[in-house]
Order: sequence, then structure tokens, then C-alpha cells
Amino acid sequence: MSVLLIAEHNNKEVRSFTLNAITAASQIDTDVHVLLIGKDCGNVAKSLSEMSAVKKVLHAEADYYENYLAENFAPLVVKISENYTHIVSSANTFGKNLMPRIAAHLDTSQVSDIIKVISPDTFLRPIYAGNAFATVKSDDAKKCVTIRPTSFDPCETSGGSAEIEKIEPTEEFTLSKFIKREEVKSDRPELGTARVVVSGGRGMQNGENFKLITDIADKLNAAIGASRAAVDAGYISNEHQVGQTGKVVVPDLYIAVGISGAIQHLAGMKESKIIVAINKDGEAPIFSVADYGLEADLFEALPQFLEELNKLNSIQK
Amino acid sequence: MKILVAVKRVIDYNVQVRVKEDGSGIVTDNVKMSSNPPDDNAIEEAVKIKEAGKATEIIAITVGEEKSQDTVRKALAVGADRGILIKTEGTVEPLAVAKALQKIVEKEKPDLVFMGKQAIDDDCNQTGQMLSALLNWPQATFASKIEVKEKTLEVTREIDEGLETIEVNVPAIITCDLRLNEPRYASLPNIMKAKKKPLEILNASDLGVDTTPRVQQIKVEEPPKRKAGIKVANVAELVSKLKNEAKVI
Repeated sequence: MSVLLIAEHNNKEVRSFTLNAITAASQIDTDVHVLLIGKDCGNVAKSLSEMSAVKKVLHAEADYYENYLAENFAPLVVKISENYTHIVSSANTFGKNLMPRIAAHLDTSQVSDIIKVISPDTFLRPIYAGNAFATVKSDDAKKCVTIRPTSFDPCETSGGSAEIEKIEPTEEFTLSKFIKREEVKSDRPELGTARVVVSGGRGMQNGENFKLITDIADKLNAAIGASRAAVDAGYISNEHQVGQTGKVVVPDLYIAVGISGAIQHLAGMKESKIIVAINKDGEAPIFSVADYGLEADLFEALPQFLEELNKLNSIQK
Repeated sequence: MKILVAVKRVIDYNVQVRVKEDGSGIVTDNVKMSSNPPDDNAIEEAVKIKEAGKATEIIAITVGEEKSQDTVRKALAVGADRGILIKTEGTVEPLAVAKALQKIVEKEKPDLVFMGKQAIDDDCNQTGQMLSALLNWPQATFASKIEVKEKTLEVTREIDEGLETIEVNVPAIITCDLRLNEPRYASLPNIMKAKKKPLEILNASDLGVDTTPRVQQIKVEEPPKRKAGIKVANVAELVSKLKNEAKVI
């Protein structure tokens, strides 16, 4: 039994969720091989080979692998899948886009977004926006599994010396073409892995008011999140969205400001260790999951919050 | 251009779902059902493309039990021309749905297939990608903007890092994000008219599609409940609690 883990990277570095996926893969079986598909990504191959949980790195290069189109990646995974009982990737937009294409080629019923490995064929996964947990057992000979990154610790990035094997690329799929990617560069921690997240909702009223959130996030070295309502209203861009169809976050501290707490938002944050809700509507559902609720007008509370933080001698980073 | 739009009947997004006491699943008796929200965006986009004179026919399709017709009728009421129900019993996994849709695609030969990016019940996010694999068509998932060109589509996709734009040749599969558009409501006259639009009913077994689940659902349980929290009186108390009690700042 061997597990094939598909690495997510940007041709320069491994993306952090790959580390969580490697941990999940190693809980299925310790013989974890990582498939790296990209362009000029030798450094990524090297860093993967140094991870102690990785037993082998398979590395394919082609110009048309630069932008991770699923149509180009899937045939290569299928081609080498023969030697593996499990194919695993993270359940973020990379893995969600790619894995079903592989599963269908292999005639396998995929298990999406698992939060626990119970045994090599049995997994725990949330359904209905996390309002229920299902234990599922896959009867397929080859299993395609995506894992929820926040449910698994990142693997060690050192201590290993796996062999790197070059493999041949498969043919280019010419009917899809990458045009551009608009990434928002930020010095802040990534939303998916930040220790603290400060999120704003419709209560922020406009994009400028997010400055109140930003100031607090700066102070706490936090990532900035948002509800779907705030993104839909154009207050902030889509990569900040937390929820059922956005990102799932599990920080030590989640501060929800002006967010009412729809089921779909709670799905993305209710596993956070400590939840703070600031909302002027005392009946808002967000208070039902909050450890500390403050019923107040956010436009008064946030400046005070900043002031109180400034008074502290030290703040954890 | 002909557009096939796949829709799914799910528990309404506003309903707080309940787990059955015996752990065998979710309570669905007497629970409000609706169309899967991003499927509404898929229908809306198809209708907009037709209104812009770039499509000639919209077919709404669903795979599910008899009652799933309601979801197709709703699509007909907002502008689809005709409907198809592929009847199945019990749980149908995305792979089986994709196989059933493949049969219809081979028969109807649409230029585009639209559907929501994810169903809000099983949260699988698989069907569109699986269908495009089976057909070996291009896929544009999580679409928040679609521009129809001569023989291609330019699609903006919502990804973790921000936005990505790709160009796909037609025929193609597009899975739609909630931000793609603002779905319209069906007017009463259109709901009445929709009742007269053709709706073909087929059996999955007649199409030669095996819908037997490959993944057994062993148990469904409620997630661990959070302990009830407290309300704090003011900001100073909040900060003090976070610093000294929760020790997170």
C-alpha cells in the first residue's frame, strides 16, 4: 500500500497546505510518495525530499505545467496511479479543482474534505456546512481523497532525504488556456494558517471602514477575514471569504465583527479555539458560538479595542 | 449555442439540519427543500447568455427522485426552455450523476454545461469536474465571471490566492460561484407558463448508468457542541479576558 500525494506549489515553494496533506497521507500509510508537477521547480522537489514523512518524490516538468491546469495534471496522475492505493491532495481550490477529474478518469467515487483518517478506507467528513459529521467507508479499490488542511498538523519540513525520480510529462491539453492570475500580495499571515483572524461582515457598512479591522489585525499580527455578505457587497476581495464556500479557518483566536453568523459563515470558523463576537444585535446567531460576546456598536468598540491593545505591555505574535 | 444546466434539489439553505437519532442520516421529512443555491446562478447565467442572443436553447436537468422535478420546474420558470429528470432512488454519488449527465450530453450535444460549483448538502464539489473528465472537455470551476466569445469562453475563477482567468474552448463545463450573478425570481405568470413546458422523465437504469453507491455512509452524527460562552460588559473586560483567561493575545 502506498499513498500518492499531489503537491501544491507555485514553482518556487511548496504551499503550506501540502504540509497538512502530507500528514493526512502518512496517517493512511507511511509509504508516502509526493508527485510534483510544474515548470522549473527543482527547488520545490528538493524541499519536498527533505520532509521526513516523504519516502519518494516524483517530479515532472513541462512548460504547460506552469499554471496547474487540472486538464494537464490529471492525465499524468492517472498514468502513474497504478502503483498506489490512495491519491490525496488538500481540499482547497487547487485540490477541489483537480481531484474529481482524476477520480472520474479512474472510475473512483471521491471522498472530499476529510477531517479525520479512521482507517485506510474509512474517514470522517463534515456535511451540510459542518452541521453533521459523516463516517464514510470507500469500497473502491483505488481511493481519491481530499483533506481539510486545518484538521491536520503540518508535517516536519526536515529530517528526510527521499529519492527524487524524474518522470515523463503527459501530452498537453490544448483546449484550455491560462491567461492571468491576480494575487493579492500581503505581508500578513495567510488566512488559512494565521494564529489570529479578525473578520468583518455586512455591519462594516463599506470598504473604507475595514480600516478599523486592519488596524486591529496589524496589532495582533492577524489575517483578515470576511463574511460572504461583505465580499458580495464589494467591501473586500474574495480571497478573504470565510465559510462553507469560502475558506475554513481554525485559528487560536477568531474575532467576528459585524457578522450575524449565518450557518454558511459558521461552517468556516466554528472550530476556532476562541471566538469573539462583536455585534450590536444581541440576538445575532454568532453569539451562540462565541466564547466572549460583546453587544456593542462596532464603530465605538473597535477604536476602544485598539486603544486597550495599545495599553498592553506585550502581545503574543 | 445550446446550454445544458444541471440543478439539484437540496434542503433549503436556511434550514438548520438535524441528525437522525439512530445516526442513519439527516432528517428530511417535512423539511423545506429548494434548489441548490449556486445552481440558481448557473441557470441565471444561461438565461442571460440567451437574452444576449448568444444561446438558442437552455435545457435544465436534474438527477434524483421524482420530486426533483420541482427544481427543474423552477429553472423552467426563470427561463429554461425544457427539462429532463433522470430518475434515481436513494443516494446518488457525484460520479454516478456525472455518468448520467454524460449520457444526456452525448444525446443532446450541448455547447456548454453549467452547474453550481458545490451542492450544499453533501458539500462534495465534484460533479462538474468529473463530467468534464468523462467527456474530456475543458473545465472552468468556481466561475465568478463569464465572457462568451466566438468559440471560446473567458472565465474568471475564484481561487484561494485571489482571481484567475482562463480561456476554454467550447464545448466546456462551467461550475458557478455564488458571485457570478444575482439570480432572478420567477414571476407568477412565468411559473404558470413553466408548467406547460416539456419535461422529459428518464430512468437512470434505462440509460445504462449504475448508481449503486461506492462509498458507504456508516454513521452520521452531530458535531461536538461548543460550550456556551459569556457576554462581556465592555471592551476593557473583553481584552482582559483574552489576555488573562483565554491567554490568546
